[in-house]
Amino acid sequence: MHWLEQTLAVTLVNLRSLGQRLGSSSVAVAGFAGVVAVFVAVLSIAEGFRQVMERGASPLTAIVLRAGSDTEMSSGLERDETRIIKDAPGVAQGPDGAVASAELFVVVDVPKRATGTDANVPLRGVEPGAFAVRPVIEIVEGRRFREGRNEVIAGRAAAREFAGLEVGNRLEWGENAWEVVGIFTANDSIYESEVWTDARVLQPAYRRGSSFQSVYVRLESVDAFARFKDALTADPRLEVKVLREDEYYLAQSEVLRDLIRILGNLVAILMAVGATFGALNTMYSAVAARSREIATLRALGFHGGPVLVSVMAESLLLALVGGLVGGGLAWVVADGYQTATMNWQSFSQVAFSLTVTPGLLASGIVYALAMGFAGGIFPAVRAIRTPIVVALRGL
Amino acid sequence: MKYFPLLWRNLWRRKVRTTFTFLSIVVAFFLFGLLMAIRNAFDVGIELAGQNRLLTIHKTTIIQQLPERYQAQIQATDGVRFVTHLTWFGGVYQDPKNFFAQMAVDPEGLLRIYPEYLIDPEQRARWIATRIGAITGAKLARRFGWKVGDKIPIKPTFWRPTDGKPETFEFDLVGTYRGDKDNVDETAFFFHHDYLMERTGDSGEVGWYVVEVEDPARADQVADAIDRQFANSSAETKTATEKAFAQSFAKQVGDTGAILAAISAVVFFVILLIAGNTMAQAVQERTSELAVLKTVGFSDGVVLLLVLGEALLLAGSAGVLGLGLVVAATPVLSRMVEAFLPIFYVPPDALALGVGFALLLGLASGGVPAYLAQRLTIVDALGKRQ
Repeated sequence: MHWLEQTLAVTLVNLRSLGQRLGSSSVAVAGFAGVVAVFVAVLSIAEGFRQVMERGASPLTAIVLRAGSDTEMSSGLERDETRIIKDAPGVAQGPDGAVASAELFVVVDVPKRATGTDANVPLRGVEPGAFAVRPVIEIVEGRRFREGRNEVIAGRAAAREFAGLEVGNRLEWGENAWEVVGIFTANDSIYESEVWTDARVLQPAYRRGSSFQSVYVRLESVDAFARFKDALTADPRLEVKVLREDEYYLAQSEVLRDLIRILGNLVAILMAVGATFGALNTMYSAVAARSREIATLRALGFHGGPVLVSVMAESLLLALVGGLVGGGLAWVVADGYQTATMNWQSFSQVAFSLTVTPGLLASGIVYALAMGFAGGIFPAVRAIRTPIVVALRGL
Repeated sequence: MKYFPLLWRNLWRRKVRTTFTFLSIVVAFFLFGLLMAIRNAFDVGIELAGQNRLLTIHKTTIIQQLPERYQAQIQATDGVRFVTHLTWFGGVYQDPKNFFAQMAVDPEGLLRIYPEYLIDPEQRARWIATRIGAITGAKLARRFGWKVGDKIPIKPTFWRPTDGKPETFEFDLVGTYRGDKDNVDETAFFFHHDYLMERTGDSGEVGWYVVEVEDPARADQVADAIDRQFANSSAETKTATEKAFAQSFAKQVGDTGAILAAISAVVFFVILLIAGNTMAQAVQERTSELAVLKTVGFSDGVVLLLVLGEALLLAGSAGVLGLGLVVAATPVLSRMVEAFLPIFYVPPDALALGVGFALLLGLASGGVPAYLAQRLTIVDALGKRQ
């Protein structure tokens, strides 16, 4: 108990005197805060991107692509193949037969509002079943497109990020004029970045004959996936790849997330090294300023341990404050910021919001505490290693 | 210069503190160089793009193909010196993660229109003569350990062979090219368009055209003239300079420049605080010494310069070292990120900017303490002695 009392006493004295070292302490706090702010903000890009890619995916939905393709963009399925897929076991049945949609996935150049330059906006041609396959889609303005007409509906995020996607607007794409007749939401998922139209209208417009690129099906149950997949892979008439929707979209975001993670961590690690040096300076000068006081305490019979703990406590407290300030800053500035980027894997734009999650904030604070530990341990050891006589005579 | 030993000794009177400050500035400038290299990697297409080259793509989107017969019409357009075509292949080498650009081209046309691709004349001749031959950038060859003479199997994704042979394309690697400058992409893979057509059935189509104009100043007019020819056809075109395409492509990614600039600003602000604080401390501790200097006859101006010089020396040398280290580390870093960012180096103008920032950092962190030191009156300063 004695040890604990000592620790508490010294630590309290130490923390109470923080006010006297406000200048250099706030420098250390600012250093920690800067690192954590950058760390959290950069990773919030990856997090936001991941969420948008995962959110719309249902475990009840499966995607069928041509074997060897990793994206809808590079896949191709003939009409006959899509029929076989829809007839496979495990597909949910609705009033109009199988709940499934054979789809085309292409891009169309639409100017990005932020830059005014053309961007590859995903244009999806769907069959009527698409809405039953993805119940998450909800028309919030206007109406659905009519079959066989050059009409499109735009996702809310697409309408926000790209120019001209307003209800009632006519767009000249290729030889045809297309009318925007509705805006839809999809639980803030990737689908909101897309523009949809009738697949049968899109096929001739992009000279795809009667071919499609993917088939989306609604499964009878989550467990029906295995049955559905086995049936298709065993079918000698088909060469296809069957994926769960969430699995597919997670893989689609892999490259971009990896890139952000590698770069984000590289930057954060370097910044942390820089800030730790700053913290070392602060703590060394804090210890130096109090070296006589510390020596006096030790001369009075205080042990080294409590002194060490008190210095570490100060450093960790500064780190905690810095971590909270930095995390808070990132949360205020970055969270919810809406933007769009090119997903190279699908060669098309994805609109998303930067997302600061509690997990990200927590890892930012842990990161700060690690820096605080590194910045405090050496000065703390020095404080208790200096011979008492030398320290008392010092200054 | 005669004050240099004094500056030096002052700087190192607190070894630990100066060392940490020095190191934190080194790290900051290392980071700055790194961020500039990343930014450059995203923007590089723009400066690389030839002013005398246009791209002609399908008006709706680049993923739509253009008729092969357009080549002759474009070639005949007034102001066009030369035109060739490229077609995206988009196949998979071993694993989809090994992504790199593969293009079906007319070999002679490609090497003529991109003179920045340097290739051994013998390899060039062999490529032109070898139907299943391919060439690749030196960086890509190094990434996969390919050597000239290797067979490179690439599985097509959306192209479908119709000749009944195994689906995978097996190319003969007959040569590698290098860029004539740092900023040339050395990670592309080129092969014969004829071979692609032979295996997948002649569609009579190509991906896009690259057009060399006679006079860069007239590029816009030539672009208009090309597009006019194909207006109201089943495949309308959109022609613009390579630079314009590169710019709009970079903008598709988003504002990486702004993000990286924001990070740099935070880094610099933090480091400035740390360095400034250290300098202020260093001067504060020496108040009485500075007073002594003044007592023995040093003018206010010299004292100001001494303090400022110390800050400049610290920031300048640390900054230059940090930038030097990032340049030295570039080959290693470049290999780490080459799958995502094929072109990765610290551009020279960023280095110059970095040196400027280092000096600015010295001025900013030493400015206030130097000013205070200059204003110091001897009596006050000596009186403060602890």
